[in-house]
Amino acid sequence: MDLKDKLISSFMAFENNVDVEHPVHDIRSEAIKNFETKGFPSKREEAWKYTSLNNLQKIDFSIFPKQENTLEYKDVKRYFLHEIDTYKIVFIDGIYSSFLSETTHDGVDICLMSSALTKPMYKQIIDVYFNKVASKDESLTTLNTAFSREGAYIYIPKNKMPKKPVEILNFATGNEASLMLQPRNLVIVEENAEVQIIERHQSLTTNEVLTNSVTEIFAAESAIVDYYKIQNDAASASLIDNTYINQKGKSNVNVHTFSFGGKLTRNNLNFYQNGEYMDSTMKGVTILGEKQHVDHHTLVHHIEPNCESHQDYKGIYGENSTGVFNGKIIVDKIAQKTNAFQQNNNILVSDKATINTKPQLEIFADDVKCSHGCTIGQLDEDALFYLQSRGIPKKEARALLMYAFANNVLESVRIPELKGRINKLIAKKLGVNLGFDL
Amino acid sequence: MLKINNLHAQVEDKEILRGINLEVKAGEVHAIMGPNGSGKSTLASVIAGKEEFEVTEGSVELDGEDLEEVAPEERAHKGVFLSFQYPVEIPGVSVTNFMKTAINESRKARGLEDMPAKDMLKMIREKSELLEIDRKFLSRSLNEGFSGGEKKRNEIFQMAMLEPKVAILDETDSGLDIDALRIVANGVNKLKSKENAVIVITHYQRLLDYIVPDFVHVLHNGKIVKSGGKELAMELEEKGYDWIKNEAVV
Repeated sequence: MDLKDKLISSFMAFENNVDVEHPVHDIRSEAIKNFETKGFPSKREEAWKYTSLNNLQKIDFSIFPKQENTLEYKDVKRYFLHEIDTYKIVFIDGIYSSFLSETTHDGVDICLMSSALTKPMYKQIIDVYFNKVASKDESLTTLNTAFSREGAYIYIPKNKMPKKPVEILNFATGNEASLMLQPRNLVIVEENAEVQIIERHQSLTTNEVLTNSVTEIFAAESAIVDYYKIQNDAASASLIDNTYINQKGKSNVNVHTFSFGGKLTRNNLNFYQNGEYMDSTMKGVTILGEKQHVDHHTLVHHIEPNCESHQDYKGIYGENSTGVFNGKIIVDKIAQKTNAFQQNNNILVSDKATINTKPQLEIFADDVKCSHGCTIGQLDEDALFYLQSRGIPKKEARALLMYAFANNVLESVRIPELKGRINKLIAKKLGVNLGFDL
Repeated sequence: MLKINNLHAQVEDKEILRGINLEVKAGEVHAIMGPNGSGKSTLASVIAGKEEFEVTEGSVELDGEDLEEVAPEERAHKGVFLSFQYPVEIPGVSVTNFMKTAINESRKARGLEDMPAKDMLKMIREKSELLEIDRKFLSRSLNEGFSGGEKKRNEIFQMAMLEPKVAILDETDSGLDIDALRIVANGVNKLKSKENAVIVITHYQRLLDYIVPDFVHVLHNGKIVKSGGKELAMELEEKGYDWIKNEAVV
């Protein structure tokens, strides 16, 4: 049985474990119908031209873990931002781990989607927000919607800010030979409220894992959201990340994506600007080697006037790795005075590495500033010689130049300990022992 | 200290250096002058080990060791320093951290521990004062948006930090106004000692008023065609290079 059929037949088993009378279940039922019609995207579709899911579909993934698995904190501590205190929402093979988590209801809700989807006290919010910005049409998103049951639920009321950042961690133990996970996150940040979130998916063995994640973010007027995605997963782990953001006036949403690992990673990052005077920022650093593949697909839809969007993605591709950047900007006819910037710069450090980069601008307004630029190059030999002539060995000099190349993306990371961590990850990825406190 | 024997070098099959002989002893200052395209900068790059240039004949020796197989960074560790004519801009790396990395890599190569942060800061402070460099300047990205003068001053600051045996100053005077020239020359003079040597590459006599050479060599067409004392530089300033070119042809 292929993966699509397996998923569709698993839906009935799934229904035995959820409340089918709940209004959310109507949404799930609609969603599975859409997935049944569309199936997995193929390379024939323009948006999937450079990323093939064929090989993944041949793997016999378990759709649900057979048992509840546990982990010791000391064994996974290094994946947490343990240098500082954080709220933690932790899942082990898709199942919530209360032991590893630290949630709160103290003025803000940082807890579980499963509670939000079942408890009456959340019903009103779920009615207003659940599946309201996520696509009802894109097949992988609807697949996630169909199986939506667990994930992180974050609700920050008006004028509030949680005392510390929130970490969302999804561990895969490898107790299943191959496991598919479908976390579903909902983040609501009300007027003038603020939150910082760090998301990470981590497989702990070499067993296959496929994660098809959907995150919906709602930023109300003047809200500030900083979202950091750390993608440094095992070589047998694949991730399809579907993030949908609905922003209102004067809000500020920044998404940083650090892609250093994993087998296949696809980031679908979608911003919808429903208001004026807001700012949307997407930044990414991608450093790949081996046969890793990362595909960044961004969309910014400027729906109203006087807004800005900034995109800055840097990629360093080595060995046989492949990368894709596709940045789509839509400026509606009424969205005058839009400022939309997009940059994608890449360095190929191997003859066998590939990058496909494509800006896609659809501008219907006439008084806008939109710029885009993409570059693909090698390291500057003169700069390399300059550093070497000062006594810095070639390998370290190359690393330093690559670090410098990616550095301006790190400047906007607002949690210093996280920045320190990412610096270390970059040094490790580049194979050098340089303290990048540059 | 530095001995160059019958050095021939080419880039992409084009021969640029055609048999250079030069010996520089500790405590000496040599000036290399010559018209555009005579091979001055190539000579500097070859001594520093730029791989783009292929040495086809002859050798460069430092303290009796042939440098042919020695990588640029190892030459730096052994005491070769090149002040670049066009220092490269490196956004995202501050001057201070660049120097920290360079010094600690050199120490590592010599089997030493990293320099303690306190000592490093003290050294940076002393050397930046020597070159009248503002502290704020040190936290800026290396050479990014620096004026011509700032770039050159920063090169000599790096020289002061790295304390080389042989320093080659490739057109360090170009792009400098008279005040900056004086500061840079003053810095170089203070760094000079009986144990080290300086090679000044320049078009003009001007810099040599401040950094007084023991020997002046004229490079033309990839060869040293004339050598002399500091009075040779004055003569060149007065008469230009044509008479040397003509002499060389004869």
